[in-house]
Amino acid sequence: MKTKWKISPYLYLLPALVIVIAFRLIPIVMSFILSFYEWSIQGTGKFIGLANYAAMIKDPVFWQSMGNTFWLVIIQVPASIVFSLLFAVLLNKIKYFKSLFRIVYFMPFVTSLVAVSIVWKLIFAEQTGLMNTFLGYVGISPQGWLSESRGIFLMIFQDLGIKFDLPRFFHGPSQALFGIIIMTVWKGLGYNTIIYLAGLQNISKVYYEAAEIDGAGKSRQFWNITLPLISPTTFYVLIMTTIVSFQTFAQIYLMTDKGGPLNTTKLIVYYIYEKGFDLLEMGYASAIALTLFILILALTIFQRRMEKHVNY
Amino acid sequence: MNNLRSTITYLVLTIFGLTMIVPFIWMLTTALTTQAEFNKQETLFIPKEEYHVWNHDGQKDRILLVMEKDQDSVIHVLDEKLNIAVEYKQVPSSEIELVRKKPSLHWDNFSKAFKKVPFGLYFYNTLYVSFLSLFGVLITSLLSAYAFARMEFKGRDLFFYLFLSMMMVPQPIYMISSYVLLDKLNWLDTYNALIIPWTANIFTIFLFRQHFKALPQELFDAASIDGCSIFGMLWRIVIPLSKPIIATASIFSLISSWNSFMWPLVMINRPELRVLQVGLSYFNQEASTQTTLLMAASTFSIVPILILFFFAQKQIIASYAKTGLKD
Repeated sequence: MKTKWKISPYLYLLPALVIVIAFRLIPIVMSFILSFYEWSIQGTGKFIGLANYAAMIKDPVFWQSMGNTFWLVIIQVPASIVFSLLFAVLLNKIKYFKSLFRIVYFMPFVTSLVAVSIVWKLIFAEQTGLMNTFLGYVGISPQGWLSESRGIFLMIFQDLGIKFDLPRFFHGPSQALFGIIIMTVWKGLGYNTIIYLAGLQNISKVYYEAAEIDGAGKSRQFWNITLPLISPTTFYVLIMTTIVSFQTFAQIYLMTDKGGPLNTTKLIVYYIYEKGFDLLEMGYASAIALTLFILILALTIFQRRMEKHVNY
Repeated sequence: MNNLRSTITYLVLTIFGLTMIVPFIWMLTTALTTQAEFNKQETLFIPKEEYHVWNHDGQKDRILLVMEKDQDSVIHVLDEKLNIAVEYKQVPSSEIELVRKKPSLHWDNFSKAFKKVPFGLYFYNTLYVSFLSLFGVLITSLLSAYAFARMEFKGRDLFFYLFLSMMMVPQPIYMISSYVLLDKLNWLDTYNALIIPWTANIFTIFLFRQHFKALPQELFDAASIDGCSIFGMLWRIVIPLSKPIIATASIFSLISSWNSFMWPLVMINRPELRVLQVGLSYFNQEASTQTTLLMAASTFSIVPILILFFFAQKQIIASYAKTGLKD
């Protein structure tokens, strides 16, 4: 028997409901409406139908920031998954210093993005930066990092002396963006590692004991037991990391000069910020925001569908 | 074989572990270095300092060596602030000495950075905003989660799904419309803009609801027989039994308010309302050549959260780990 009252439940719900409706639901709906207006902060806007979306499709910077975001997501998410699974498997094995390692790996995740972005900007500095110092130890010449606008694939081919004539998009992320990707993977690894570690501890030892008796080696155990049984966690990590990755903003704001060099680090959320708050084209920025929302939603639904196909 | 395997495991973990903390160590050591040393473009993990002094009449003056010859050297004599006090001077080379200090820790960088920009005020603003938001989050979440978990009413599931679907929407999507909305409310550039929209946290509601649902019904039946009111049950049964989960949610809330950046950056223009992260980002723009002060400021901006983290690392890591587990 649960407590039944007429008005009281709504009173309990009310404070949360008011805030959620006022500061989530209404802004989300407004964002949809704003995208049909020419809107700058002074006064009211002018209804222009789909003109913002039409302008967006013709906007080369929009497509460039979409391309940049694509490269960020497509490299960062798998890298993060591979590394965090590796760390989790290793952490799961060891007996000593387990909590010390967990603290070390988790530290970047709890510290503020602003502080670590400032530090990483310095790490990537051409002359005084740590990155080039370490690369120097292994005999790699100093790189431009955050000031380098050439794509990394192009740079590799150029170093090998091979001609590379594809359009700009296929040059891959600029080295500047690649630096941002390295930093972003570093920042988020701790969380994914901890999630994987929790997932690994949920796998029953029985499977491994059985495999041991059947004479399966460690690597076969990993591919045939760990990987399939951890797949629900992998899907969670995949979905969460993708959503967070699409929202990358602070790194760009703090580490680059307005998404430069040559717009190669301009990610979609930074572009929304720039259009909305620097150039005050709020209607246009809302149209991009809504497009991003639909994209994220579609990807999430797609990943969920995949999950149903794969899971055991 | 087993020994080799475990050695490799530790080796790999240590190498990657170093990668995780080297940026922090470097931030701290750079914060303790003088700008002049940093500008020499050597990467240092142990702050050191090298400078010349002029040793004469039993007194040592710090100098800038302009030219050193066998007999005479040309020097600038520096004052306490290391500015050039005497333009040129010729002295015997034998009176010149090279001083090497290692480690040479310049803790005064911290106080210099702290004074350069009103970081005290930024700390205050951040604490004020974080704790008031936390207060709001706890009230709204406890009440609504209690209703969702232990009461039956029309539209309950509908409201719950509404909340859940709102949770999935990323912040940048509604940033612009929120700005327009707060502008209409005349809340831009006020504490309201930083606090009120964040006094409800759907994830916390979700977390509390799961926990409250698992509490045994017998407790509520017994309390009901004793004449306990509905609110009394929340106060006397639910909350005392939920202390760990309340602590978890509080830590989440504090960490996320402390680290929140894009929202306060957009909603606040007045310098006196800046929170720490925004203040630090402005300092990053203004003091980009004063690297060591910038690193000092970055260091003290993360110290409070790191203290909280080291103090409660077990609970914090366990709490974050739980967010990935499906019920």
